[in-house]
Amino acid sequence: MNMQKEQMSVVIVGHVDHGKSTLIGRLLADTGSLPQGKLEAVKENCKRTSKPFEYAFLLDALKDEQSQGITIDTARCFFKSPKRDYIIIDAPGHIEFLKNMITGAARAEAALLVIDAQEGIRENSKRHGYMMSFLGIKNVTVCINKMDLVHYDQEAFESIKKEYLEFLNEINLKPRNFIPLSAREGENIVGRSKKMPWYGEASVLEALDGFVKATPTYARELRFPVQDIYKFTAQSDDRRIIAGRIESGTVRAGDQVIFLPSNKTSRIKSVEGFNTLEISQAFAGQSIGLCLDTQIYIRPGEVMCKVRERLPHVSTKLKANIFWMGNQPLVKNKNYKLKVATQQVPVVLSEILNVLDASELSSIRNKSQVDRHDVAECVLETLKPIAFDDINSIPETGRFVLVDNYEISGGGIILAPVYAQETALNQHIRSREYSWERSAITPVKRAFQYQHKSALVVITGQADTGKRIVAKALEEGLFKLGKFVYFLGVSNEILSAGADTNDRTLGKIRHIQQLGEMAHVLTDAGLILIASISDVDDYELNVLKSLNRPNKTIVVNIGENRFGEGEVDLSLPEDETRDSAVQKILDLLTKTVALDPEYLI
Amino acid sequence: MSSNACLPVGRVTHLESLIVIRLRKRNRSTIGVPRYDTVSANYEKNAMDNKSMTKLDSLEAQSIYILREAYREFKSLAMLWSIGKDSTVLLWLARKAFFGHVPFPLVHIDTSFKIPEMIAYRDRLAKEWKLNMVVGQNKQALEAKQTFPDGNVDRLMCCKLLKSEALKHTLAGDWPRYRFNHPTDRYELDINTEPYTGVIVGVRADEEGSRSKERYFSPRDRNNEWDVGDQPPELWNQFKTDFAPGTHLRIHPLLDWTELNIWEYVERENIPVVPLYFDQGNGKRYRSLGCYPCTLPVESAAKNVRDIVEELRTGKFANIAERAGRAQDKDDGGGLETLRRDGYM
Repeated sequence: MNMQKEQMSVVIVGHVDHGKSTLIGRLLADTGSLPQGKLEAVKENCKRTSKPFEYAFLLDALKDEQSQGITIDTARCFFKSPKRDYIIIDAPGHIEFLKNMITGAARAEAALLVIDAQEGIRENSKRHGYMMSFLGIKNVTVCINKMDLVHYDQEAFESIKKEYLEFLNEINLKPRNFIPLSAREGENIVGRSKKMPWYGEASVLEALDGFVKATPTYARELRFPVQDIYKFTAQSDDRRIIAGRIESGTVRAGDQVIFLPSNKTSRIKSVEGFNTLEISQAFAGQSIGLCLDTQIYIRPGEVMCKVRERLPHVSTKLKANIFWMGNQPLVKNKNYKLKVATQQVPVVLSEILNVLDASELSSIRNKSQVDRHDVAECVLETLKPIAFDDINSIPETGRFVLVDNYEISGGGIILAPVYAQETALNQHIRSREYSWERSAITPVKRAFQYQHKSALVVITGQADTGKRIVAKALEEGLFKLGKFVYFLGVSNEILSAGADTNDRTLGKIRHIQQLGEMAHVLTDAGLILIASISDVDDYELNVLKSLNRPNKTIVVNIGENRFGEGEVDLSLPEDETRDSAVQKILDLLTKTVALDPEYLI
Repeated sequence: MSSNACLPVGRVTHLESLIVIRLRKRNRSTIGVPRYDTVSANYEKNAMDNKSMTKLDSLEAQSIYILREAYREFKSLAMLWSIGKDSTVLLWLARKAFFGHVPFPLVHIDTSFKIPEMIAYRDRLAKEWKLNMVVGQNKQALEAKQTFPDGNVDRLMCCKLLKSEALKHTLAGDWPRYRFNHPTDRYELDINTEPYTGVIVGVRADEEGSRSKERYFSPRDRNNEWDVGDQPPELWNQFKTDFAPGTHLRIHPLLDWTELNIWEYVERENIPVVPLYFDQGNGKRYRSLGCYPCTLPVESAAKNVRDIVEELRTGKFANIAERAGRAQDKDDGGGLETLRRDGYM
């Protein structure tokens, strides 16, 4: 007994004053979808204020809008045809409100693009057409409105159609229909117009009903961006649930899965739900929870995929098309936040390849920044590797937004990964080594003099696992043995203070970078440097190791080991006593850093 | 107002009375809600073979996604629960999103003029679902009798004082909050006065004009104000989750739902709702719940959820606005704009 009708959201776009709101008002009125008394109330209001009635007023519910006479934000309304229910999204045509138009259009499955028959194609007719293509909207119908003003002339219609089709061809957008109509007079809206017998094709309502709803992407590779990880232990629920929405593909209990970019693998134990029948399988579009067979540590943002399927790209560099909506231009050497699926990572603009004026499709070369309303082909570099697809293989994991100082300021589609021969980090280390004037006293000479090699000893683990206590006791133990040792007790706050950021990920990586540089100097001087650091992941640990190169880094983990295999040199349980922990680290150092002179040779 | 005469108007006065009175254990049958927490027989199982999602499945999946985004991004998060059908569906969705748990407080603003059944229903569900229930109230205005029922202010001012003001200060934490203490079975002064920076609200775009322009994640400035002209873009399920200190966000997981969707979902999931929504034998029922002096029942013989769904689909309410029974809307020139700008939900 499924009485639910299919639902489709349709955005109405086009240049300002080309009659979008009037078209919607007409659709609502002529399909009998208006709430009882609404039409009369608006007419009454017009009479009171001595304004001629317009169908557009039906939508302009906000007082602001009625006074200005333009649509400033996206409004939604609902109407029904016998075939399906529609959500109509009225998008503003004024350039000032492009970000609102994009918000509306990004929610839509189909678009009606309205062009004024008298005024013809204008700047935003093209820009909006381009944005439909950018946003990936496949169902597009072009409405040539205000045909009454050109006396329902076929030639006027055909000439606009020809010109606009040429434009749409360039951006690879194929409209489903071109409809001549008059929203004000109600021609070709619901029924077919008698005033344009030369047309003889679908009316607006028929065109809408002719749109085909896209089906979610079950048939493609699994992409399950991890949204969050829940453990409601306080509510006596011991499940460790990985929550998220399947963006493409299917998943079932027993599947072998891999999490990217961390590369950790496991097997699906169960699909979790609440107030549903037992489920063992889930598919694209569903917000679900999963339990794994093994306890692996992963973070929100990672993308779960099937081991046997094609995997997404993992890289720190990508080529993308970006449209910019920010008040400040997009510039190089500034940190932004990139959000792709559930990943959030600091990012910089590393190259501008081409800037496009979307209203003319002309490219502006040699621009050093991307201004508001520009579309640009760029290379972005993230601070940490991320997992993504290109827009043509899986759109859901192939598009992103850029956040500039709290505000979503740009949107982008990923064209391809850029596998840099050299990341910014490696480049930095190489140039550092190049310009570093080495001392005549070699590390070997130092080791003989000091009776030990140098090393950075990183004590890591979750917060409150007694890392600092162990680190300090270790320093004391080594000092008593006559070793050159130093405990670097600098807190995260001080190290990341210069980072000038409220971004946690960025602050953390800045901290790691500073610690790495400092460690490199001190270990180069022959010291055993001890530092404790909380809650780092594999990537951050590797940045630290890289920066300390060529000197040695030894990693001691206390408590739950959340690192990949081989990352940690010594793993200690959380309940290990201080003295026993120190002794075990000393044993390890004896072998690796050669505290015992016997090992030095 | 004569239609209200038949209502039990033994009003639960100010919060003090709630705090001292131990909540009585209510008999389930007085609320008239059948079994829940069990899998509803009405649940349409998704046939995995054709992997089809119904409209309600899609709405549910999107709302759950939004709730989980909010929970991950906001340290100090709360959900408003007006006891009405929408925010109760929202509460149910939270239990779905978090696998039976509701990991944030539910805030209810008690105007003291709510229909008494609503308060009883609130406290019963709070206990059964182990909710972290927080209640706030404008005590000054009530003590000074600055209310519409007392005849001292008009409807709009009454709404502003008892709802908007009370909400603003309860969220900010600078007025007392009363938290339900499950072991002692009573509301006690909450020691937590931290402001909520994320507030989940059950507004729907189809309710009236201004709501149709809302974002899923909608910023409010230091004065709780909503700048309709300058809202953040939202695309591809990326929402505004970064916000400057002092500002906060409202989160609207139900934005795409219609009144009909709400009832269809109540039916499918067997969600308990206040029986005031049903005709109790006098040919009247409430379509929208609020304070009893300003909320009128509508003429309807719908006795259960199924009847309501039918009534909305094809019956006499198919084309009549839901809030037609709310008097304060009319006093605001037909839109809730003035109230909304001041933080009205």
